[in-house]
Amino acid sequence: MADILWIGTRKGLFALRPDPRRRSFRVSAPQFFGHVIHHAVQDPREPRTMLVAAKTGHLGPTVFRSIDRGRTWKEAAQPPAFRKATEGEKARAVERVFWLTAGHSSDPGGWYAGTAPAGLFRSRDAGDRWEPVAGFNDHPMNSRWAAGLATPDGELLHSILVDPRDAGHLYLAISVGGVFESRDGGRDWAPLNAGIEADFLPDSNAAFGHDPHCVELHPAMPDRLYQQNHCGIYRLDRPATTWTRIGKAMPKSVGDIGFPVVLHPKNPDVAWVVPMDGTTVWPRTSVGGKPAVYQTRDAGRSWRRQARGLPAKNAWFTVLRQAMCIDTRDGRGLYFGTTGGEVWASANGGETWRRIAEHLPEIYSVTLAI
Amino acid sequence: MHCTVKIPSPLRSYTGGVSSVTAHGATVAELLADLEQRFPGMRFRIIDEQDGIRPHIRFFAGSREVRDLTERMDGERVLHVICALSGG
Repeated sequence: MADILWIGTRKGLFALRPDPRRRSFRVSAPQFFGHVIHHAVQDPREPRTMLVAAKTGHLGPTVFRSIDRGRTWKEAAQPPAFRKATEGEKARAVERVFWLTAGHSSDPGGWYAGTAPAGLFRSRDAGDRWEPVAGFNDHPMNSRWAAGLATPDGELLHSILVDPRDAGHLYLAISVGGVFESRDGGRDWAPLNAGIEADFLPDSNAAFGHDPHCVELHPAMPDRLYQQNHCGIYRLDRPATTWTRIGKAMPKSVGDIGFPVVLHPKNPDVAWVVPMDGTTVWPRTSVGGKPAVYQTRDAGRSWRRQARGLPAKNAWFTVLRQAMCIDTRDGRGLYFGTTGGEVWASANGGETWRRIAEHLPEIYSVTLAI
Repeated sequence: MHCTVKIPSPLRSYTGGVSSVTAHGATVAELLADLEQRFPGMRFRIIDEQDGIRPHIRFFAGSREVRDLTERMDGERVLHVICALSGG
């Protein structure tokens, strides 16, 4: 079965299919045309299954499911929704489904979804019916962890991570709110933000209220986490609980602000980021109009610029947090999509890049279905 | 009471492309509940889990705007579901 690069955009879902030599990619017609697609995720346990997080500008959010690798789709019978508010309680309604994560390998059919406003939801039947995870959504601290410091797209719950060694060990992140950890399958949660800077908070040593943009757990070394944050790039090697700002090794002229962080599937010392301009009013574009990917091969002690093939100037795009992925089979195929509707690919771990699609709508998500 | 419900284009994927359907009920809530039986999933796209009308959706009983789902149709025979199709 040929690979498909799924591109979630502000106006629908597109499939990029490579020719057998991977020299060119054919762009499909849009599916869910006109829908905002925040995430399209293949089930690694059952590769024929895919879930898509969708809404339109005016209709409420939902999830679509495919069990034939994206040929046909069916809407979830019960999309993620908060429980009904009791009298006097703040009523929460899901405004968008932002993030999808397949569950543990021992939990076939298990999925997690993150929403705006920040909510955590679980499905036990491959995404057809979703239930709120009360341990987080109704946690006594929830109203402080998810205090409504929303991004322009809402208060986003994302980066739901499942420890491959332990189905009950979970992480999640909220923009804005911080990183949180559960060791009991989501029944209880605790902040995990020590060491993370938060220069926008009155107390820079606050336990929560941070702005993680993207958190990844290394599949082969699950004690290692990488985080691209609003205030830098970090690494955490458990059981330690204090993050180290590895972005300090980035060139000062580039900085260490960005959205995605992507990890090599086998080597836990190798990761990639896409720096953006986080100065003054936060333009969030490629720094100086000169887009570049940065790679570390030593767990963040040093970084290398990888820009061969990318525009040398006058390219002011942004790469959003779900819009970069890696081919987990070889760790060499890298892909990212831009807010300007271009898809860029590297077949050699980021050494050289070429554009494989253009003129698409604003890209929110790039994922590879194998 | 049977009413005609006018379906806007973003919701016609639920009605098989049909722009006008018949539903039974005395209030907007009852009409929507009846529609949900036949067109599962449609209600949640326009009404949230707290029974709130989603921000860009409006209902009109005839020419009278309905802001509360418990409002009665009051003799009106047509419910218009309006999507405010603004934005880029």
